[in-house]
Amino acid sequence: MGKKTIYDKSVPGRRGIRFPKPEVPETPLPDALLRADLPLPEVSENEVIRHFTKLSQLNHGVDIGFYPLGSCTMKYNPKVNEAAARLHGFSQIHPLQPEETVQGALHLMYQLQEHLAEIGGFAGVTLQPAAGAHGELTGILMVKKYHEVNGEPHRNKILVPDSAHGTNPATSAMSGFIVKEIPSDERGNVDLEALKAECDETLAGFMLTNPNTLGLFDENVCDIAAIVHQAGGLMYGDGANMNALLGIAKPGEFGVDIMHYNLHKTFSTPHGGGGPGSGPVGVVEKLVDFLPGPVVVMEQDDSGFDFPYYYFATPKHSIGRMKSFHGQFGVMVRAYTYILMHGPDGLREVGELAVLNANYLMHKLKGVYRLPYDRVCMHEFVLEGRWPEVEDIHALDISKRLMDFGFHPPTNYFPLIVREALMIEPTETETKETLDAFADAMLQIAEEAKTNPDLLHSAPHNTPIGRLDEVHAAKNLILCCGLPDSYSD
Amino acid sequence: MKVEAEYKYTQNDEWVRVEGNLAVIGISDFAQDQLSDIVFLEYLVSKDDEVAKGDEFGTIESVKAASDIYCPVSGVVVELNEELLDAPETVNSDPYGEAWMIKVEMSDPDELDDLLDAAAYSKKIEESES
Amino acid sequence: MFHPHTQSDRDEMLGLVGAKSIEELFEAVPAEFRFPELNLPPQLTEMEVMDLLQDLSAGNETHRDLPMFLGAGAYHHFIPAAVDAIISRGEFLTAYTPYQPEISQGTLQAVFEFQSHVINLTGMDVSNASHYDGATAAAEAVNMARTVSRNKRKKAVISPGLHPHYRETINTYNQGDDFTIVGEDLAPDSTPEDLIALIDEDTAVVLVAYPDFFGRVYDLTELAEKTHQAGALLAVSVNPLALALFKSPGDFDADIVCGEGQPLGIPLSYGGPYLGLLATKDKYVRSIAGRLVGETIDVNGEPGYVLTLSTREQHIKRGRASSNICSNQGLMALAATVYISLLGKDGLREVANLNYQNAHYAARKISGIDGFELWTDGLFFNEFAVRCPLPVAELNERLLDAGIIGGYELGQNYPGMEDTMLVAVTEMNRKEDIDYLVEVLKEVAHG
Repeated sequence: MGKKTIYDKSVPGRRGIRFPKPEVPETPLPDALLRADLPLPEVSENEVIRHFTKLSQLNHGVDIGFYPLGSCTMKYNPKVNEAAARLHGFSQIHPLQPEETVQGALHLMYQLQEHLAEIGGFAGVTLQPAAGAHGELTGILMVKKYHEVNGEPHRNKILVPDSAHGTNPATSAMSGFIVKEIPSDERGNVDLEALKAECDETLAGFMLTNPNTLGLFDENVCDIAAIVHQAGGLMYGDGANMNALLGIAKPGEFGVDIMHYNLHKTFSTPHGGGGPGSGPVGVVEKLVDFLPGPVVVMEQDDSGFDFPYYYFATPKHSIGRMKSFHGQFGVMVRAYTYILMHGPDGLREVGELAVLNANYLMHKLKGVYRLPYDRVCMHEFVLEGRWPEVEDIHALDISKRLMDFGFHPPTNYFPLIVREALMIEPTETETKETLDAFADAMLQIAEEAKTNPDLLHSAPHNTPIGRLDEVHAAKNLILCCGLPDSYSD
Repeated sequence: MKVEAEYKYTQNDEWVRVEGNLAVIGISDFAQDQLSDIVFLEYLVSKDDEVAKGDEFGTIESVKAASDIYCPVSGVVVELNEELLDAPETVNSDPYGEAWMIKVEMSDPDELDDLLDAAAYSKKIEESES
Repeated sequence: MFHPHTQSDRDEMLGLVGAKSIEELFEAVPAEFRFPELNLPPQLTEMEVMDLLQDLSAGNETHRDLPMFLGAGAYHHFIPAAVDAIISRGEFLTAYTPYQPEISQGTLQAVFEFQSHVINLTGMDVSNASHYDGATAAAEAVNMARTVSRNKRKKAVISPGLHPHYRETINTYNQGDDFTIVGEDLAPDSTPEDLIALIDEDTAVVLVAYPDFFGRVYDLTELAEKTHQAGALLAVSVNPLALALFKSPGDFDADIVCGEGQPLGIPLSYGGPYLGLLATKDKYVRSIAGRLVGETIDVNGEPGYVLTLSTREQHIKRGRASSNICSNQGLMALAATVYISLLGKDGLREVANLNYQNAHYAARKISGIDGFELWTDGLFFNEFAVRCPLPVAELNERLLDAGIIGGYELGQNYPGMEDTMLVAVTEMNRKEDIDYLVEVLKEVAHG
């Protein structure tokens, strides 16, 4: 017997909303293709609101507390973003309206394209991709088309570091490329010799996350780019960790040819329990013609009008459309708002404080937790969640115990190259007091691991529910609510 | 980690037990331990299918990993352990016995010579654990 | 503001780190690229930003300003206030993917209920936690069918009645590959039965829309039979609102359902964020992309929810995963869940019926005008195509002059249909709006 679902609260005859009666003369519905029943719940509005409000209270969120989830950039999501996206002129326009009726929206998209290009050091940007992984797919399909158009379709190999996000190899494989992993060296940088050995005439591109998933800026980034370019490959930058570089460095300047941005990380749009994200892609000049279409173009005519005219155009060698319409517009409005709220100095401050917060926390923890790569970190760092003297404690136990202190755990078990990894990204919007409280909790847990390990094994204790059985879920698949006994059509 | 003395092994942790011209095939104790709680098993071959050495014949999943299972020898599939599909956890409890997966009538028994014996396989496990 | 650091905070933190300045933390970045100038507008206050955005927002004509008869994959529907009240809650809005189930039961149960609503609407057994949008869900359906055939079947048969953007997206995803797509160049007025001749032993999937791009609703029984006889899968791209009235894809024995969930309580918002739907039968559960939420128990035997079958996904399978997706449209799925829960079975039928009634009234009135002729024959839902006495591009300019946003010009995607307009009519197009449209069309054509 599961939890009480909205279906369990259904009572025949209850209504949540009424609609007007048809005003037009009625057209009879055909008999042939009508469905027999529609098994959906029947609930009043009050019951619906209470049901979902109670559900919301079972969640942790950035609005509730610290969320140091590595590589996810769980920064504060400003409320002004929400107000902006809900302005009627943005939320109530149709994607296929005549361009002359949506010049405000097109202006916003054009400006966002330009601002993102400026921030990343690129010549062109598409806003179409729906998420980071979708941006990656866009970028890798551009790599493919670029080599084809240049008469080198035999370039079928993508290289990724062993610290890469899982999406990097998945995207490359999905696009028909052979994927090879390049090991990291003892400082956490890409191993240059291993990279050189794989750079041959089949090289299509190299996917680099910089700062990488260890939170380290690759010290050899210029050499890497030179080696890849020399071999005829393109440099793909995974922009998941761009928060560390806002106003600090432009990837387009240090050798990255293509990069996706995560508006839902770096540019503060809310994660919404899993989405929507938005993954615009920036490219250097030679790839602008390959961007997915359409992109927004500005025409500044000489006719004396004050305002430029904006319209959609499809680039010459475009890889084609990546989704319907123009991308996650509502997310773009939020990101644009965020950029305006910061300006150039504010954005640089984001990068600076994100890195300061991470280094501060790292220093508070590193004596007690093993830090496998002991260098100045960027916006995040990775610790080992284990001690040789307490065999039975895993990163997962530490994570679950952290919940008892009201903190969301760090990212676990990633990157794969660190054993029992705990990947911590505090972001710039957290106070020193919060970081101190988190560090105290982490230190207390480290102590408990040695003196009272059962406290960790049985954690969490203060959450709405105890540790859940994933094996049970996978073996006894239940993916849908049962219908109540009262249900009848 | 248990290694059956009489069995042959692959680098990918499958085992073979030879019964006349039949190769009985499963995955090792080490493999099941690495996977942890197994929740799903699927065969990609059917009875009477011809298989070549190195062909994928199944996939196996725990909640944290998924892994393909490869044929250590070439031949014809003569029997599949269908009971295992409904009780994949048997792979955890009895990897060398009840949890055999397929039986292959070998077309080239010399291929067995390319496999690891118990001592070599034990060494392989030790190395990967250090 | 968003950065809480005082000067003394900074000094104290730098002290612990052992750095003299924040700049010192960036020495790994090559000096020549460090601290570039950002040529962006200067920082503004919230008051100034909202002022600027109000102006930009006012630079758009909304469906509040002008009656709108534009659909073509995005529809103007009424959204009850309760939907935004729930999705604005910070506990849902600012949560991440529910990887830590003990503190994510709200999101997890809401997704579980979303899956249930989708399953009940579509007649499938399994739904994922949602996909980006209708186009990418269609591409993922094709991808999924390829995976089911273990990439042995190399062909997709796709109806010309599938949304042009969806077809373009599928082609983008599959470019430079040995996978072929046929059927798209059939005549726009072809029927699902016309696809049957194209199905063979190499076909992985047959993909049709229901209702199709022209609004038509077809019986898919025979197509499903023939598809299955060839060992292929039938995928159906749906408008979920139409499923409140008409038979579900499950009733036709479809294997995969994809679709655009925007009509379920999600604003037009200039094309996104929307809601991709992806559902299938039990036997293909391990081939579906994206997240799945399943029911389980905790250490004390209490029921709860977790993400399950994650081994399908990129973070475990990496280079062997069939899809790279690692998000869903969580908040949009929540909006649809609240919308469906609130309307329930009667409310959803009522809205669907209002759409059907208004569209059929409009179709009768418009085709009654001299020179206008209904192109869509047979059953349709809330959208239909109509031949006009002048090119649609020209007609739409005249409509705009009269304060109406007209329908979609089909010639943009179907050569030869420059005089055919796709008209969408929902519950938001009141009788007086429809009558006004008819009046203006009369004037434009004959005035």
